[in-house]
Amino acid sequence: MTIRAIAVNTFREAIRDRILYLLLFFAVTAMIFSRLLALLTVGDRVKIIVDVGMGSLALFGTLMAILMGTGLVYKEIDKKTIYTLLSKPIQRWQFLLGKFFGLILTLAIMMAAMSLIFLLLVLAHAGRPTWDMLAGLAFIFLELGLITAVALFFSCFSTPILSSIFTLSFYLIGHLSWGLETLIAKLRPGAGRAAVQIVYTLLPDLENFNFKTEIVHHLPIALPVMGSALLYGLLYTAFVLAAAILVFRRRDFL
Amino acid sequence: MGYALRIEDLHKSFKTDLLRRRIEILKGVSLTVTEGEIFGYLGPNGAGKTTTMKCLLGLIFPDRGRIEMRGRSHLNPDARDRIGFLPENPYFYDYLTAREFLRFYAQLHGLKKSGVETKISGLIRLVNLERSADLQLRKYSKGMLQRIGLAQALLNDPELVLMDEPLGGLDPLGRKEIRDIIVRLREEGKTVFLSSHILQDIEMVCDRVAVIADGRVISQGSLHELISRKTFFTEVTVSGLDRRELEAYGRCLTNPGGEIMVQIEGPERVDRLLERIKSSEARLHSLVPRTENLEEHFVGMIQAK
Repeated sequence: MTIRAIAVNTFREAIRDRILYLLLFFAVTAMIFSRLLALLTVGDRVKIIVDVGMGSLALFGTLMAILMGTGLVYKEIDKKTIYTLLSKPIQRWQFLLGKFFGLILTLAIMMAAMSLIFLLLVLAHAGRPTWDMLAGLAFIFLELGLITAVALFFSCFSTPILSSIFTLSFYLIGHLSWGLETLIAKLRPGAGRAAVQIVYTLLPDLENFNFKTEIVHHLPIALPVMGSALLYGLLYTAFVLAAAILVFRRRDFL
Repeated sequence: MGYALRIEDLHKSFKTDLLRRRIEILKGVSLTVTEGEIFGYLGPNGAGKTTTMKCLLGLIFPDRGRIEMRGRSHLNPDARDRIGFLPENPYFYDYLTAREFLRFYAQLHGLKKSGVETKISGLIRLVNLERSADLQLRKYSKGMLQRIGLAQALLNDPELVLMDEPLGGLDPLGRKEIRDIIVRLREEGKTVFLSSHILQDIEMVCDRVAVIADGRVISQGSLHELISRKTFFTEVTVSGLDRRELEAYGRCLTNPGGEIMVQIEGPERVDRLLERIKSSEARLHSLVPRTENLEEHFVGMIQAK
């Protein structure tokens, strides 16, 4: 009840943010631009529409998650609305989870709007959208959930600008860390390999949620791969949220 | 009577950004608030009033010390469900209307849907905001925000109401209305703990006060105990007598309209002047014995510190 009330209020606040609509406008523009790019391309035009469309959806969705996730908790502290809120019989973890689910609800609406436009574009140029496409969109949303949790975690102890930089770094590292997997395969067993293995385990691997190549090239996606990506995403998000709750639990609001 | 709030040896320090040195804000605050009373918490700026208030609300965690609300820790959700809080300069979600805002906070208290609307309408009426109830809070003036802040503090029918500068930013009429509500809360059996700079208001409504300075409570008790009832001098306002004659009784001040106010020390001189007025054509306008007020006590305590 408490979490739901905070989530609904967070949604009402977030959905009023003009930056959200600006990003939505850019995302839609980029998707429509993919149609123009397709005209200039030799070969399978649909591939360009799907590739650029899903790419823009992921990019602008991530920007939405970062900008909203890093600002909302800070705003509560900065505007001192948190004073009366936390004086009510609510626990701090309920406040944080309420914020998280409110943001997820906002992102879900934005994702639904962007996905609808994307699927309409696909429908207009390539016939019926595939189940793999829908799964791909669902995994982009899963990644956005994780990014939101990370943004919320950083916003528990730093300013929106710093939190945005940290979360963006997390996103970039997450999409580049797969290179370590290749490195591990090439290293001989020993301390060096173990160290790289530890670093790889600790760092996020957001490429787990990227099925764009398979979708664009009509390659099959194995169910166990999707299952493990789903589990990885949910566990990582839960872990980051738990860390955020731990930091927020003992924070002084001056 | 039991106690509604007990604070024992509360310490709180903060790290400064530079050199990570600690500044001690609260240096052992102890006080007890009895059930059903209005308790005033006074102190100059930076004395530690707001820090104490934030400790009570669980917004900051004390280094050491104990806070109990009716025998339970202040962090206990049950204890928190029985308090109401009005912050200084209330900041609320300005995109909500007053009604929506109160509905949201009612949900946080877990109030049942049936009866919530009646409760909200009653509170809106109590704080005199009926005409602006469906207006977004961003359009509210400072005084109106203070009133809606009071309404949210009373949503859960609290046993203990904490108020940080509840009369700040209000016009004289608004201050009177809030003062009346505070007194009414006491009549309903609620306990009120309020901090304020406006000593005149504290004096008008509070049963007991504590004065905090430099992180310590330096004076605590009922207003009768704290303020000396000894008459310093008597102010007699008179007309129809010559000023030079009156100067023999005490210091004279001329009021607009030709009346003369004489500040007389000692009851014998006052009696003599009254006799003189009776035996002449002069007219007595007022006679006011001047005792110590809270402000003088407060200033005296702070200066002695």
